[in-house]
Amino acid sequence: MCLAIPGKIKSIEIQYGGMVRMAKVSFGGITKEASLEMLPDADVDDYVLVHVGVAISKVNEEEAQKTFKYLEEIGELGELEDVDEYLPKSE
Amino acid sequence: MKYMSEYRDPELAKKYLEEIKNTVSRPWSIMEVCGGQTHSLVKNGIIEMLPDKVTMIHGPGCPVCVTPLNLIDKAVYLAVEKGVILCSFGDMLRVPGSQKSLLEAKAEGADVRILYSPLEAVKIAEDNPHKEVVFFAVGFETTAPANALSVVHAHRRGVKNYSILASHVLVPPAIKAVIDDEESKIDGFLAAGHVCTIMGNTEYHPLSAAYKVPIVVTGFEPLDVLQGILMVIRQLEQSKSEVENQYARIVREEGNPDAQKVIDEVFEVRNQMWRGIGEIPESGYAVREKYADFDATKKYNVTIEEAPENPDCISGQIMKGIKKPFECSQFGKTCKPTNPLGAPMVSSEGACAAYYHFSGLVEA
Repeated sequence: MCLAIPGKIKSIEIQYGGMVRMAKVSFGGITKEASLEMLPDADVDDYVLVHVGVAISKVNEEEAQKTFKYLEEIGELGELEDVDEYLPKSE
Repeated sequence: MKYMSEYRDPELAKKYLEEIKNTVSRPWSIMEVCGGQTHSLVKNGIIEMLPDKVTMIHGPGCPVCVTPLNLIDKAVYLAVEKGVILCSFGDMLRVPGSQKSLLEAKAEGADVRILYSPLEAVKIAEDNPHKEVVFFAVGFETTAPANALSVVHAHRRGVKNYSILASHVLVPPAIKAVIDDEESKIDGFLAAGHVCTIMGNTEYHPLSAAYKVPIVVTGFEPLDVLQGILMVIRQLEQSKSEVENQYARIVREEGNPDAQKVIDEVFEVRNQMWRGIGEIPESGYAVREKYADFDATKKYNVTIEEAPENPDCISGQIMKGIKKPFECSQFGKTCKPTNPLGAPMVSSEGACAAYYHFSGLVEA
């Protein structure tokens, strides 16, 4: 659970009357929502490190791709897929 | 070298190993604090490749492993007796309580859900206004901002049926407790990179100076860990004790101030019980009075007697680096990931599970 996974911000959406800034982040083929509360200056096309649904740090593209490839190789991305059946479907 | 093919860059790994061998002149014990690093060390066979003079000691770096038994009993009670929707991260569900695990409670009909993010739990509360939702919020400093943010979101959105059962643990006080323990003989530390992404490195400078130990902030990939080990050994060989940052591509000296702000908004530092270790001063986060309505401990005022730990489990000694998993008489026999006696065998980041799966000591 301490793993943080790098992904690319595809879009940003302001929810709940401006109170919550959420991004759709792409991890390989999987897209998940992540809060941008901790990275107020993160923008579309930026690469960010996401931990339990919150983007915690910006990373450069090359670094993000290297890390992602490594995580994929050692089979550590299962947690992204496994939880899908438990998640409420996003609108 | 049987695992070398798994490296992304075996040539660079070999260079690091060579450099470590050329640098080390006497025996050193290095503790990696992060469970992710333990996983990386064991899974990639790094421990066998290191020179005999370098001993890696596996620290208490798995929040799931150190969550107190009593809190698991409370979570089970809330799910079973109070009928709340109890949510947590996957690993947490399998950890044995004194009577049962959350997964067993789920099998018996309690509404227990595995989530990827605490923010999802707030959504579940909104979607189920007539039920109470409790998130079992475990984690190190890396996870604390997300757990805190769920409370901030619930507050902002006027969600009244959401609360968290907080069990946060903090790394610097744990390092201090390990050094202070007379049985632990650690010469240097690899600090957990993702914890420092949030908190920065400043907390480690006074520790390193007071105890004269090198502390190297390190990532979790095999090459990160190898480089971190080399940096600690270089310092030890030169009688230095500084804080260095191997993971500078991610970790900034000041950490992430926005994340620290959210933590500070919701939590205050308190003494914290660590399973298998005991109470460590100022090593956890409690929900501030301002957010008492979101604090499951206050909301439900559950009193459950402390149950004794399984006497056959030596997880405390393992997490303090006094013993290795394979030195436990139960390892791989009565204690397996399918039937764990203690938490380090449950979580994928636990030292016992890492050895069970990857060390080749147990026939799978």
